[in-house]
Amino acid sequence: MGTMTIDGRRVSFTDEKNVLSVIRSAGIDIPTLCYHSEVSTFGACRLCTVEDDKGHTFASCSEEPRDGMVIYTNTGRIRKYHKMIVELLLAAHHRDCTTCVKSGLCTLQELAHRLGVRNVRFQNTRELRPIDDSSPSIVRDPNKCILCGDCIRACTELQGIGVLGFAYRGTDAMVMPAFDRPIGETHCVNCGQCRVYCPTGAISVHSNVDEVWDALSEPNTRVVAQIAPAVRIAVGDYLGLPKGTNAMGYIVSAMHQMGFDEVYDTSFSADLTVMEESAEFLNRVESGLRLPLMTSCCPAWVKYVTDQYPELVPNLSTCRSPQGMMSAIVKEYYRDPQKAAGRRTVMVSVMPCTAKKMEARRPNSYTKGERDTDIVITTTELIRMVKLVGLDFANLVPEASDIPFGLGSGGGTIFGVTGGVTEAVLRRLMPEHDKVALDNIATSGVRGNKGIKELTVRHKGQNINICVVNGLAQARAVMEQVKAGQSPYHMIEVMACRRGCIMGGGQPPIDHSRVRDERMINLYNIDNVSIIKKPDDNPLMYSLYGGLLKGKAHELLHNTGY
Amino acid sequence: MTIHNEQELAAARQAAAEELAAYDCRILVCAGTGCIATGSQKIYEKFLELTRDAPGVTVTFAPHEQEEEKRYIGVKKTGCQGICELGPLVRIQKGDSAVQYVKVPLNRCEEIFNRTVLGDEVIESLLYRQKTQTFVQPEKIPFIAKQTRVVLENCGKYDAESFEEYLAAGGFRAFRKALLEMTPEAVIETVDESGLRGRGGGGFPAGRKWKQVAAQSEKTRYVVCNGDEGDPGAFMDGSVMEGDPYKLIEGMLIAAYAVGAAEGYIYVRAEYPMSVARLRHAIGQLEARGLLGENILGSAFSFRLHINRGAGAFVCGEGSALTASIEGNRGMPRVKPPRTVEKGLWEKPTVLNNVETFANVPNIVLRRAKWYRSMGTVGSPGTKTFSLTGSIENTGLIEVPMGTTLRKIIFDIGGGMKNGADFKAVQIGGPSGGCLTEAHLDVPLDFDSVKKFGAIVGSGGLVVMDGGTCMVEVARFFMSFTQRESCGKCVPCREGTKRMLEILERIVRGEGVLEDLDTLQEIGEMVKSMALCGLGKSAPLPVLSTLKTFQEEYVEHIVDKRCRAKVCQAMRSFVINPTFCKGCGMCAKNCPVGAITGVRKQSYHIDPTLCIRCGACKENCAFNAIYIEA
Amino acid sequence: MLEPAYYEKADEIIEQCGRTPSALISIMQGIQEEYRYLPGELLTYIASQIGVTDAKAFSVATFYENFSFEAKGRYIVKVCDGTACRVRKSAPVLDALYKELGLGRKKHTTDDMLFTVETVSCLGACGLAPTMMVNEEVHPAMTPEKAVALIRELKGDGV
Repeated sequence: MGTMTIDGRRVSFTDEKNVLSVIRSAGIDIPTLCYHSEVSTFGACRLCTVEDDKGHTFASCSEEPRDGMVIYTNTGRIRKYHKMIVELLLAAHHRDCTTCVKSGLCTLQELAHRLGVRNVRFQNTRELRPIDDSSPSIVRDPNKCILCGDCIRACTELQGIGVLGFAYRGTDAMVMPAFDRPIGETHCVNCGQCRVYCPTGAISVHSNVDEVWDALSEPNTRVVAQIAPAVRIAVGDYLGLPKGTNAMGYIVSAMHQMGFDEVYDTSFSADLTVMEESAEFLNRVESGLRLPLMTSCCPAWVKYVTDQYPELVPNLSTCRSPQGMMSAIVKEYYRDPQKAAGRRTVMVSVMPCTAKKMEARRPNSYTKGERDTDIVITTTELIRMVKLVGLDFANLVPEASDIPFGLGSGGGTIFGVTGGVTEAVLRRLMPEHDKVALDNIATSGVRGNKGIKELTVRHKGQNINICVVNGLAQARAVMEQVKAGQSPYHMIEVMACRRGCIMGGGQPPIDHSRVRDERMINLYNIDNVSIIKKPDDNPLMYSLYGGLLKGKAHELLHNTGY
Repeated sequence: MTIHNEQELAAARQAAAEELAAYDCRILVCAGTGCIATGSQKIYEKFLELTRDAPGVTVTFAPHEQEEEKRYIGVKKTGCQGICELGPLVRIQKGDSAVQYVKVPLNRCEEIFNRTVLGDEVIESLLYRQKTQTFVQPEKIPFIAKQTRVVLENCGKYDAESFEEYLAAGGFRAFRKALLEMTPEAVIETVDESGLRGRGGGGFPAGRKWKQVAAQSEKTRYVVCNGDEGDPGAFMDGSVMEGDPYKLIEGMLIAAYAVGAAEGYIYVRAEYPMSVARLRHAIGQLEARGLLGENILGSAFSFRLHINRGAGAFVCGEGSALTASIEGNRGMPRVKPPRTVEKGLWEKPTVLNNVETFANVPNIVLRRAKWYRSMGTVGSPGTKTFSLTGSIENTGLIEVPMGTTLRKIIFDIGGGMKNGADFKAVQIGGPSGGCLTEAHLDVPLDFDSVKKFGAIVGSGGLVVMDGGTCMVEVARFFMSFTQRESCGKCVPCREGTKRMLEILERIVRGEGVLEDLDTLQEIGEMVKSMALCGLGKSAPLPVLSTLKTFQEEYVEHIVDKRCRAKVCQAMRSFVINPTFCKGCGMCAKNCPVGAITGVRKQSYHIDPTLCIRCGACKENCAFNAIYIEA
Repeated sequence: MLEPAYYEKADEIIEQCGRTPSALISIMQGIQEEYRYLPGELLTYIASQIGVTDAKAFSVATFYENFSFEAKGRYIVKVCDGTACRVRKSAPVLDALYKELGLGRKKHTTDDMLFTVETVSCLGACGLAPTMMVNEEVHPAMTPEKAVALIRELKGDGV
């Protein structure tokens, strides 16, 4: 608590953890390249340096606010130094900005523009290094790395994986996996958080957009899309709609215009997941075998288990993810030659997630020898496609998703947020349908941004202990417990990305926790206005189970192994 | 063997003193890194052998049982005796008087043994010589006589490995006093009153640091000693660690008692294997006697001490990088706050001081703050060790009161410039420091005065330079050092020093332009203000300081393509003086590019367009006929 | 995969230094001293043993100059490149060694694995400049001739 003077203006502060936050909340957007409120303070870019009344300079990210402080953010000296820092960074940067995937969204580029760097006096003497595209999810271009270490802190602190690290030192320093191995050969879980945190084009999403265009222009091909829940609330900002708008109708409309034959909603297959997973869960609770049940819809999490806890693989739910279920049933639907009408079906999924690209290639993502999901693109790639076509997105006439796989319940929609899977399963397990019952579930502790959420519910006279792990870094302690046979839980939900898929590695990045929390609220709002809240109330479920899935539920909806 | 209490400590001291007094003669062989390098280990072994074979002589490390008509002679390895350039150094100590021999060759040990050890003769030719005068007793040698040795008081006089000799020399009296007669608060108060400032470079008051640690609510605390002396041209701390390891440990014990720490670490530079060995030995000795461990001297105070070896990173001399390294991480400095006193090693309150600072503590506690303040200046009390190197007659390790002038250090103690050359500048504070010149010769050197001239006392390296030193090249050298040692974390240091080095390299290659000087200044000031850690902030100092003091040399390099010191290769040309040239052809034979032609027995000629300025011709000319034209 | 003896040695060193993440540097020093280099497989092994990621171990190993993933020669010659040694002409000593052994700035170790030539920032024996260190022994007041003679002497003794 206190007051400080920033550029001659008195600003009061409460519990801000550093001067930088006070400055930003006073409405001054000091540039930074290495500061993120959700990971530890690194203090390396020095761009948040300010000057005090004695002429001392210090980095505001690492200084605690003190009452009576007098600081200046915009003195001649500070401006000159900031500009020089950016010039020095640009000098060691592979500046192919016009053709860079990050162009227009790059923080370094933006800073150069803001600070008016018009001339770089120094040659780039860094040896050009090969681009690492060994991963199906991300591409690393070391030539664009500015060594801010954001990716390392995301990988280590947020995700608890730590496959990226600094290597060597001084001007030889680089960010790389151990022994400079291709990232695709490491324990990388493909979550893409490194790419979300990277301020430049050094880490980007492995794009599959071209394959989509190829499919769309191929004759005798039916291109079917599925849209994950989290996508719809993250595209608005970038395509002219108010932030947080549920843009599902616009997305469907745009994709139809781009030539997609059918556009389905992954919330629908999320409902299927709930049906299958709750049945599996009840089975396991009754038999007492392979408890706790661990969710399997997050591919980054599944890879984490297969890489680091192979002995716990049997605890994973055998359910395919919503992406996998949707693709499997669509492909099965068109396996009927009459329905296929001589056209090949290409299944495209639009995901907030980079790891889904890896999931689609897993050996268990095939049915009858055929790959279920052919192409996975992320939210950012969808935005790029819309921009390429030049659609006036915000003025499109919204359309409903297609039938028979286009209707999902509210429970299916909230799969995109941490605790969502659990909440939907609980809705399924509870016999009641009324608002009070749903509110009770919502307030049971399943929601919110805590790293580990624990709750106990009564089911058929038994206490069911559930753990919701929000962010992969939190998973280790929980896994060690399971490994030691001391886990108190019956079910463990894990979402690799903090806050869930809405903050997935394929989403457009944002950097304020306030905005991040808004994405959670936006998704819950979609659930709030859905008429159908429980998967078992979704009328399409019954026709599906009675029809297409008859006798094939296991083959189409479950994995045979990991 | 354990010393359980005060009485047993007194008894042990008494016994050690008696043992020491019983020697008829002690042969003190300097075993500092310098003297070991010149072969003192062999000399030590030779003396051992001689004493073993001599009739009527008992060789002993401790004369337990006195027998009549036998002489007791000890052969001891001591810490650095100071005059490193004249090693191997051997001191023959009989009672209170000593004979100091310098540059002792192995083949004269026998003579020394027969004439000085067994007899009482002094061998004139092995004495220290200044012009025509020779000196017998070490303390009369001007180099030593003009110093004030507090930290180094034991170096050279006692066996550096022997706990007993340390005890006999008065060791552990300070610790005993602190532990048994003083409260921790009183110890901190004494150190605070003494005005002792950190000798590692920053000059932060040690007492204030200890007070801050003692005031933390977290009760697990650490005492860490920074022995990562990485400045090129500095070897003071190494000399203390290998020459008087017990004193350093005693200082740390007192600090630990004062701030309530139960564990301590000494981080020693990788390149100091002897320091590591001596410290390990000393720790072993103290553990065996219960002076390190649980309930020391029967008190409630316990202290364990560990040694961490550096692994080759200069930046680990920075406090937060050093603690990161102890924790098993990359030695990258972190942002502060929180400061080390609040969250240091393993995020616990930590006293982090360097070797010399801790080594000052025992004397301060024993002889009190007022005594300490009687030396040095008001703002910087006490003494400071310096390593004196470069173009100077007497190189070596010295200790003088703070406030001593450079003139006294260089011309009195150091014996003046090597071969009577002209004094040009002295680089103080290592790569983080700056250059002082003629104008600063009479300024009393202390933490604050030096800072005013854009340099720092730093850990105490003094490199003396004469007219044959090119200041631009010196700046380039230091920049290449800091650039190579930059951890690479913050942008100003990583990218800024790289570009400064590029510019300096260009200038010494003769490719500089005048704008380069502005750019150097501009980047230098930015790095100084914006870098993350102290090392980064001071990295541009050698450049900024020479830019200010020796601007005309920079301009000459750029505009006239001339290096007045004839150092910068690109700017020198080799010329054959026909009056001296005998036409032997050695130069032409050694020229790797065939730039030299001529006829035998007549003067040869160097073609400047082919010459690559390597200097091979000059080195191989037996007649000094080749000279460099700037 | 290395021979089992390497892993046994590593286990021994881990036991001495402690099976904790903070012992990483000491353990790597132990391995480096034993084998004169840090075999990559062993680094991965010790990382898993003390509970750090191999990226972290690699990151620490590459930060410090003393660690090398390449095997070094039996004699490691470090020529001091400190201020004092420079002022007193250490560069010709280095050049002479390079020439004698056919090494250079890019190639540090002779093919017969006998010599590795490196520079070091300061050996702390500036009074005796220029100096160089062969394994742990410091040699004072070097000249190109003395350096070459020393190398030839060592070669004889290495056969």
